[in-house]
Formats: sequence, C-alpha cells, structure tokens
Amino acid sequence: MSPNVLALLPEIILTITGVLIMLAEPLLPAGSSRKPLGWLAILGTLAGGLASWYQLSFGTMHGFFGTIQVDTFSVFFHLLISAIVLVTLLSSVDYFEGHASHAGEYFALVLFGATGMMLMTCSVELLMVFVGLEISSISTYIMAGFRKGQASATESSIKYFLLGSFATAFFLYGIALAFGSTGSTRIDAISLGLAHTATPTLAILALALIIIGIGFKVSAAPFHVWTPDVYQGAPAPVVGLMSTAPKAAAFAVLLRILFSGFPSYEPRWAGLIWIIAALSMFIGNLGALMQRDVKRMLAYSSIAHAGYLLVAFTAFPADGIASACFYTAAYAAMNVGAFTVITQIGGYNENARTIDDYAGLALKRPVLAAALGLFLLSLIGIPFTGGFFGKFYVFSAALHAGNVWLGVIGLLNSGIACFYYLRLLAAIYTRPTTENDRISAAARVSIPAAAAIAITAAATLWLGIAPNSALGLAQRSADAVHAEPGSVQHATR
Amino acid sequence: MNIDHNILTIMTFVPLAGAIVLALLPDRDRIQQWGALAVTLLTFLLTLHLPFHFDYSVPAGTFQFQQNSSWITSPAIRYHVGVDGLSMWLVVLTGLLAPLGVLISWRAIDNRRRLFYVLFLLQQVAMLGIFVSLDLFLYYAYWELSLVPMALLIATFGRTENRRRAAIKFFLYTFIPSALLLVAMLWLYARTGTFDYPQLARMAAAHSISSNNAALWLASLAFLAAFAVKVPVFPLHGWLSDAVSEAPTAAVMVIAGKLGLYSILRFSLGIFPSQSHRIAPLMLALGAIGIVYGALLALIQKDLKRLAAFGTLGHVSVAILGIFAFTVSGIDGGIYQTLNEGIGGSALFMLLGLLYERYRTYDMREYGGLAARLPWIVTMFVLTALSVVGLPMFNGFVGEFLVFSGAMHSAVAQHLGWTVLATSSVILTASYMLWMIQRVFYGELGRRPETIVPVDLTAREHLALWPLVALFLMMGIASPLWLRAIDIAGANIAATVNRSQAVTMNFEASSQKQNAASPASETALNMTTPASATKGTR
Repeated sequence: MSPNVLALLPEIILTITGVLIMLAEPLLPAGSSRKPLGWLAILGTLAGGLASWYQLSFGTMHGFFGTIQVDTFSVFFHLLISAIVLVTLLSSVDYFEGHASHAGEYFALVLFGATGMMLMTCSVELLMVFVGLEISSISTYIMAGFRKGQASATESSIKYFLLGSFATAFFLYGIALAFGSTGSTRIDAISLGLAHTATPTLAILALALIIIGIGFKVSAAPFHVWTPDVYQGAPAPVVGLMSTAPKAAAFAVLLRILFSGFPSYEPRWAGLIWIIAALSMFIGNLGALMQRDVKRMLAYSSIAHAGYLLVAFTAFPADGIASACFYTAAYAAMNVGAFTVITQIGGYNENARTIDDYAGLALKRPVLAAALGLFLLSLIGIPFTGGFFGKFYVFSAALHAGNVWLGVIGLLNSGIACFYYLRLLAAIYTRPTTENDRISAAARVSIPAAAAIAITAAATLWLGIAPNSALGLAQRSADAVHAEPGSVQHATR
Repeated sequence: MNIDHNILTIMTFVPLAGAIVLALLPDRDRIQQWGALAVTLLTFLLTLHLPFHFDYSVPAGTFQFQQNSSWITSPAIRYHVGVDGLSMWLVVLTGLLAPLGVLISWRAIDNRRRLFYVLFLLQQVAMLGIFVSLDLFLYYAYWELSLVPMALLIATFGRTENRRRAAIKFFLYTFIPSALLLVAMLWLYARTGTFDYPQLARMAAAHSISSNNAALWLASLAFLAAFAVKVPVFPLHGWLSDAVSEAPTAAVMVIAGKLGLYSILRFSLGIFPSQSHRIAPLMLALGAIGIVYGALLALIQKDLKRLAAFGTLGHVSVAILGIFAFTVSGIDGGIYQTLNEGIGGSALFMLLGLLYERYRTYDMREYGGLAARLPWIVTMFVLTALSVVGLPMFNGFVGEFLVFSGAMHSAVAQHLGWTVLATSSVILTASYMLWMIQRVFYGELGRRPETIVPVDLTAREHLALWPLVALFLMMGIASPLWLRAIDIAGANIAATVNRSQAVTMNFEASSQKQNAASPASETALNMTTPASATKGTR
C-alpha cells in the first residue's frame, strides 16, 4: 500500500462508504426503509475505526508532501470520532423511519462530516486543516436542519451556517496572517519561522484570529451565542454528534496549533485562553441555570464543558495535552450517551422538551432513566464516572502548572453546574408520572439504540473506573504533539 | 485462608454487589427487603472480623488489614485501604446500623422499594469506603459518591412536598465545599506527587509538604470547611434540619456526624497538624457555641424530628469540642462521642419513625399520654434519652466526661471559658429530652392517640432496637473494650498535633507534651484502662 493511501486510509474508507450510500439511495424504491443504508454506514465507520487502529502500529508517518501526519495523537482522535459516529449512527438508524424520505442522505452526510473531522486531526498544514473544517462544517450545517418543515430546524440550520461561515472566515484570515508573518502554513515551519519573524505583532494577530475561529467551533464563550438555538432546533442524535465530534476535532487542531505551532508564544496566548475558559465556564453554567428546555440546557452545559477543557490548555506543557485528550473522550461518552437517551425518549417529534416533560421518567422507563441518570451524574462529575476523572485530570494538570485560581473557578463552577443537572435528575426520579402523559411507558427501545446506550454507559464507567489504557493512549498522543521534530525546544517551568 | 489482606475490599464490595443484584431483581413480594437484609447482615458479619483480629500491639500510626495495589499509574493513584483504632469501630458501627436501617424501613417504605434499597446499599458502600480509604483520591471518590444516594433518598422518599428542595440544599451545601477540597487535594498532589495518606502524614510531620505557609493554611481551611459542613459544625448546619426532617429514618440514621468527624480527625489533623492548631481556638468556640445553640433550639421545637436534628447538632459539637482540645482524653472522647452519636441518634430517630408510622405526625402538640398505651416504646425512649443526656452507666457519660475533662485541660487559648459554657449544656440537653418525653408520653391523652388504636413494638421493631439499647449499657460499663483501640489512635493524633505545634511555634516542646499527656493519664486511671494510662504518658 502506498504510504499516502495508508496515511489517509480511514478517511478514504469513510468517503467511499459515503459515496456508495449516495449512489444506492436513489436505487432503493421510494418509501422503502432506509435502514440498510444505515447499516452500511455503520459497517463503514467500523472499518474506518479499525483502519485507524491499524495505523497505530506504523508509528509516526507522513503523507501527501508532509501535509498529513499520522501519529498517536491523530489516531486517538480518529478512534474517538469513529466511536462517536458509530454510536450516533446506531442511535439514529431508525430515527427517520416513517418520518422523512431523505434519510439516506443523512447517513452519507454523517460519514462525510466524519471524514472532514478526521482530516482536521491529522493535518499539520493549516490549509489542509481548513479543508477538513469546511467538509465537516458543511455536513453539520445540513444535518442541523434535517427535520424539514419545522421552523426551529430551519432556524437552527441557517443560524449555524451564517455564523459558522463567519467564524471560518476568521480562521482563514488567521492562516493568511500566519503565512505573512512566518512564511509558511505548515505548523512545524510556523514554529521555526516564529523564532526569527520580523513581524511578531502579525503573528499574534494571526493566532488570535485562529483562536476565535476555533472558539466558535467549540462553542467557547464569547463565541457561543449560536449554540442554544442550534442545539434546540437540530434533531437530538445530530446534536449528540455535533456537540462532541466536531468539537473534538477542533480541540485537536487547537492543541496542535498552540502546542506545536506556537509554543514559544505561550506567555501571550495563555492569558487569552485563561479568560476564554473562565468566561465559558461561567456563561455556560449560569446560562444553563435559566433553562427549562433540556436541549438548551445541555447546550449551555456544553459551553461550560468547553470551558473546563480549555483549562487543560493553560497547563502548558505538563499534562495539558493528555488531560485535554482524555477530557474530550470522557465528555464525548457522556454527552453522546445523554443525547442518545433523549432521542429515545422524545422520538422524532421531540415529545419531551422541557424538564417537566421528564417528570416521573423513572417509573415509566426505569432503564432509560437509570442510563440518563448515569450520564447526568458523569456530567456533574461524580466519582467512578468518566466525567469525574476527566475533570480531576484537567484540574490536576492546571494546578500542577500553577493555575490555582482557574482550578478554584472551575471547581466552583462544577458546584453551580450540579444544580441544573440535579433539577433534571430530581424530575426524573422524584416526581409522579401523572404530571406528564407525553412519554409513553409502552414504547420500546430498538436493539441498535439499546446498544448505543450500552456502549456509552460502559464507556462512561470504564473511563471512570479503569482509565489506565485510555490515559496511556492520551499520554502517548501528548508526546506525539509536544515532542514533534522541528518544534522549538521549550523550557519547562 | 487468610482474608486479612482483602477483608476491607470484600466488605466494601459486598453491598455494591448486593445493590447490583437487587437492581436486577423484580420489585415485588418483599424480595428487595429480604435481599437488602441479607446483604447488610453479611456486611455486618464481615465488619466484625476487624475487632476480633485487630492487633493492639502494633505501633500507633500504622494501619492494619491493608491492601495497597496500583490503580491508575499516572497520575499516581493507588487502591490503598486500611484501618486503625480510629476507623475500626466506625466501620463496625456502619455495619451494624445498616441491617437495623433495613428492619426499621420494613413497613415505612411501601413503594419503590427497589430504588430505596439499591440507594441504601450504595450509601453503605460509600460510607465504608470513606472509612477505609487511605488514598486521598479514593477517599474523595467515595466522599462524593456518598452524596448522590443520600440526596436521592431524601428527594424521592422525603415526607413532604419540600423534599426536593431539602435534597438539593443538602447536595449543594456539601458539594461546593467538596469542590474546594478537591482543589486543595490537587494542590497537595502537585506539591508532593502522592495521594497516599500515610506518606502525606509523614511529610506533614516533617514539615516537608510545602514552605508556602499561606497556601498550606488555605488548603487546610478547604479541607476543614468541607468536613465541617458534613458534620455539621455551627454555623454551617443550614442543611441539617431540612434534610433530617424530610429524610426517611434509615437515611437520617447516617446523615450527620461520623463521616465528617472521622475526616477531620484523619485528614485535617493528620495532614495539617500545625494549621489545625492555629484554628483550634475558633473550632473550640464553634464547638461550644454549637452545643448550646443546638440544645437551645431543640428546646423550642414543636416538631419532633427538628428537635432531634438540633439535638444532633449539639452532640456532634461535643465531639468537635473534644477533638480540638488536642488532649488525648479530648480526642478519645471525641471519637467515643462520634460512636455514641451514631448509636444514640439512630435509636432516637428510629423511635420517632415508629411514632410517625403509627400516628402520621411529628408534631409534638398532637401527642400526649402515650406511656400507658405503649409501654415498650416509652421504655426504649427513656433509655435512649438517658444515654443521650449522659447519665452515668450509659455510653453518653463516658464520651461527655472524656470530652469535657479533656477540654478543661486543653492548652488551646480560652479553652476554660468555652468548656464551662459547653458543660452547661448537660442541663439543657436533659431539659429538652425529658420535656419531650413528658409532652409525648405523659399528661393528658393527645388528639392523635385518642383516635388511633395503640400498637406497641412488634417483634421486628424489638429486633431493630435491642442491639442499640444493649450497646448503650455495654459501652457505658465496659468502655475499655472500645477505648483500647480508640486510645491508640487518639494518643497518636494528639501527639502529632502537639509535636507539630511545638516545632512551628517554638514553644518548649516538653511542657507542651506534658500538658497534653497529663490529663489523659489521670482520666485513663479513673475511666479507661491501664493500657491507655501507659499510652497517655508517651
């Protein structure tokens, strides 16, 4: 196999599967079930994930004239993204049954989006990152509005598209300025170019614009305004996907850019990240306190979680990367899990929107309620769940780097956060069923959806109880980013 | 087979396994109750292994039944468990209260039994875990875990519509200080590179944790605040009366006292000895104020459960007073009082629960004249009251005597005034307990009892109450049985704290030690065992 093909093997597999689905879709008789396409997508994702795993045995390799770098870091995120996509596909394989005739496109779009995200994590060339970003963004813009005919879905899609394009423009402008200042758009060349650039101001500006662009993608405050509306209007399984996978990819890009592109500018960007992290935590958590709509609440909670994750970035270089990687994985497990359960409870028509709609869930659907309870506890950060260990590791890294106050802010914020998660949990467990007749006790969870919930619940517990292997992978991927050849040797504190 | 090495692990995981099994079993025909009873009894029998195999000859400060294996390699987190004289009886007490809690909930919990018993067993896991963990991370994990089942028990099985509010209040009150505790723990880890308690304690004794005194001081405050809320120490008791008044009996039995007091003794004093010394005058004052404040508020309550809640505040404050006197007998008394509170408080709440089951109210004004109709209940009530009040021959007396005599001989500033104030509460406690008995059981027949057919203790209720009543007397008469282990730990803690203070503050070390040791040996001669007399002079 040519090294170029090997380097992009997972992306190639996903693209081919996506194209196959697009081709097969019109061949299926109109009105027939689109489930087989869903299963094809699931197989493709599995193959993509296995291909990433296979890449792990080759160590670091380069492809396409050095624009693609496959290392433990990229494999970590490839595996994570394919796991998220797999769970999303499992939970939505029959989501559109009987409701939408265009379901086939959905599966293709999910795969294309995943391709873009994966490309983002293995590119070391900013323009290539941009291509990946665009591929993933355009797919998610469409998926956000997939419940055609509903005003909120259209609003969600348009809002996401307009603000998203705006942010991408920032990112592109940042790349241009970085090129102007350092003479390259390759991340390793940038770090070398910074050492003797004639225009450091331009480089700082470039970095700031890039952070803004990425900040939008990860919905960090103050670039978060789109998040609640988009999450509220988009279909629940899509929200599960887009609140985790594109964010994971964007965080991976930011890690690469900051830690191996601009490590020598750490004193300059650390303050910026500090402020964004603190703002995100406060705005996310305080905003979530006000919400009655569960999806909006989780949207604000995802802003807050972006803030927790950014705390890891201030732990330069110590455990910052590893803890950020681990947190991304833990957050993905619990958040996708929560949205999978929400998908199952609400169904296509979103029967359960507000917290009151969840009243008495434990009596009607005890298993779903227990699963959602587990994910909520993990989001709060209760021990023996991935959410706790992730938070613990991030704040441990921050304190190790001397950021005591950010640690205090973050952990106080998790105190605020438990209030709104608990409100939902209390509604599920303590209120009588009579308050809400929109959830039916008779409905059954399909087998793939049950598998999706089981996978995420198991992952949440596994990351909390026996995190050794995930931690090991995260720590090795951290080495891949930080000890990159050509990067400026940086004095540790 | 020698199970000494993993007895603690087995003991912690039996209730967990039980909870998982119960969650999978159907919720009908009392399966859940019998299952929970079997699991808790088995756990209790396992905890009894400890006192029978406890080695009294090992030097103080070493842990027994240890298991120390690697858990997470980086950050360095180990699965390290073990007990010493401080935690051993608390573990047994936790084991004992669980089956009694199941027995007392037999009829009180009549729907959603599965949820109830699963949460109850999880709570048991968390509490046992807290007492045996010697790795700070592991400890913190159990500590946080203990909040969830309790909050859910209150929120789901609370008595009135106010239950959700009470549960969230309880959760936030304890969760937010715990967040600061985590910051302090992480800071410690960043400085020392370990979460292992024995190592940290050694470093603390050698003053090698950090030279940044301000940071150490803040960290010690974070530790203490998190524990003090859980105890609760006056004025952090805001959650107590709501939570107690809502929670079902079995949950109330374990809600206050021992977890927080144990944590203060183990971690606050163990890792921050000199900082603890610095804050001791304040804590002594808060302890004394809490005793009087709790007793005074109990005196004016009309709701029986709120009365008992404020009584609890008073009793845990006695333990705080003893602990922060930093004398051997004070600390011994503090630990003993922690056990007393666990037993006496539980008995009181169980009896109140029985009254509620019969008459559906906690309002004292509705009661009256029950003594003739419920002879067994009134007997149990009076015995409990006598124990709580601290009558000689009962366990309460031993604890209070040790605490007050320890506090009287304390070297902490202004100890005398606060001790005198605290001792006055003996009268107040007697007043509210006896007045309550008088109003509930004597006088004219109240409104409720008039209309409802009296039912005295059933066999199951006898079974739940007798062990506690027997303990009142046994712990009152044969206190050395318990103090033998407690005194090893108490003397060690007192020595650690006083040594650190002698070094840091440049006091004459010898006079300090004498001060700390002499009252203990006196008390020991009078009260406890020859063993503790020798310990006291160490």
